[in-house]
Amino acid sequence: MPVERNETLAVNRSEDVVLVRAKTRDWSISLGFTIVEQTKMVTAASELARNLVVHAGGGTVRLETINSEQRRGLRLTFEDQGPGIADIQQALRDGFSSKGGLGLGLSGSKRLVNEFDISSTPGEGTRICIVRWK
Amino acid sequence: MAVKSKSLAEIMKQHRSEILSGWLEYQKNGATSTNGALKREEIESESREFLGLFSGALEHDGAEPDMRSSAWSEVREYLDQFSQSRAQAGFSPSETATFVFSLKQPLFDKLKVAMGESQTLVDEIWRSTILLDSLGLYVTERYQKAREQTIARQQQEMIELSTPVVTLWEGILALPLIGTLDSERTQVVMESLLQKIVDAEAQIAIIDITGVPTVDTLVAQHLLKTVAAARLMGAECIISGIRPQIAATIVHLGVDLAGVTTKASLADALRVALDRNGLHIASR
Amino acid sequence: MDRIPILKLGDCLLVSIQVDMHDRLAISLQDDLTERINKDRARGVLIDISALEIVDSFIGRMLSNIAAMARVLDARTVVVGMRPAVAITLVELGLSLEGVATALNVERGMELILSLTGRKRLLAGELNHNARRKE
Repeated sequence: MPVERNETLAVNRSEDVVLVRAKTRDWSISLGFTIVEQTKMVTAASELARNLVVHAGGGTVRLETINSEQRRGLRLTFEDQGPGIADIQQALRDGFSSKGGLGLGLSGSKRLVNEFDISSTPGEGTRICIVRWK
Repeated sequence: MAVKSKSLAEIMKQHRSEILSGWLEYQKNGATSTNGALKREEIESESREFLGLFSGALEHDGAEPDMRSSAWSEVREYLDQFSQSRAQAGFSPSETATFVFSLKQPLFDKLKVAMGESQTLVDEIWRSTILLDSLGLYVTERYQKAREQTIARQQQEMIELSTPVVTLWEGILALPLIGTLDSERTQVVMESLLQKIVDAEAQIAIIDITGVPTVDTLVAQHLLKTVAAARLMGAECIISGIRPQIAATIVHLGVDLAGVTTKASLADALRVALDRNGLHIASR
Repeated sequence: MDRIPILKLGDCLLVSIQVDMHDRLAISLQDDLTERINKDRARGVLIDISALEIVDSFIGRMLSNIAAMARVLDARTVVVGMRPAVAITLVELGLSLEGVATALNVERGMELILSLTGRKRLLAGELNHNARRKE
């Protein structure tokens, strides 16, 4: 899929999550997302960026504007070298939390985007890719 | 080969005004002006401008003219606009494409005169045919696109027109929904209702679905989500006008309406809303 | 470290969140508020989030926590001014902020706090309504 532009951010502290939100908002606006679409994408980005800090001690987010069959979209890829997720199905269930949170980070952000792709190897890390189309 | 193609360009250049008058004649008798919506002067200026660009493109293009090449960009741009304006003016696709196709005859007439009955003529006619056909198809394609845009815009307008949010009383809004609700429309409607709640500082919004024939799971869920979102904003939603069949569907679908105020009619809902605002209606 | 200012108005505490909070800032607001409720013997807490462009599960949990802790300290919390897009997103995320009272704006929020803490006279209509119910 053709990528129009991309940028990678390091996410290590909770202040970095704020930066990810700001960047995601800027990119969503430049793609012409409606206020609701922007808010959904930024919220999903916030959840997943926080996961990097809380569960993996840090990681990276890659932002990309992509193009497919006359559609444009925003793709965010979250990568870490953390402990990984042993049971992805369980992690995606509403209310499941390994760190005493609400357990809505993964399952909730999945509902906020058009495409959600997760792959993880225990001991090696996790990679989550989300897309929202205009 | 280059020589032959050059001749098409040359003929266009040398005999442009004659070809134009021939073309206008064919258009007058042909389909482009059948509904009489266009003035003769308009057709003439359009044809003149197109021929100018067409001739210029032929001159700059190589041996085998290809309308997708950069030499034809101005022609394509012109046809984009042309197709769009015809689509908006309500012309049919064939009427629109005939603008290009009707150029064949005057052009071939001229070629015949210039070259006589020869193999060169056949080749040149063949080449022009391919070129004009592809331009004609291009016009149709663009026309279709413009129509689709018009339809999309009208759909959007329909959504907005068919969902008026009205103020029933100070702080009480009503959204009477009419017609089939699809998921997309419900979403748009709900977003505009929530915005109106903020604008009007309304504490209560009544969603009346008396005019809605059926409700599917997705729509029912959108309704519930709207009620939940309004609550988060500090407003209450009442759903009224749920007909027996819809009530049955909702129960059958397993949608949980607990925690949502529902009333049989808009009047009942209004009574509840007034009551919440500390008002009540009494007869004198 | 920067902090979100807490204002006192009568026996109510007022917070208007004007910045995009990082998580530690949110936690310090939660701690500061519980401390102030106790120290000022506040009966109500009003949190204005009209400037917030998103509320994610973390901020959502913070709001629920504040409301729950305030309740234990005998104060009522009202969250006001949530934007429509934020509300839609929160619902989609699966968060309903159970136990948190909400109002459209600061003015309505103050009224709600007064009535929740039993210091606002019931409206005529409400009286009628209650009287009818008793009959």
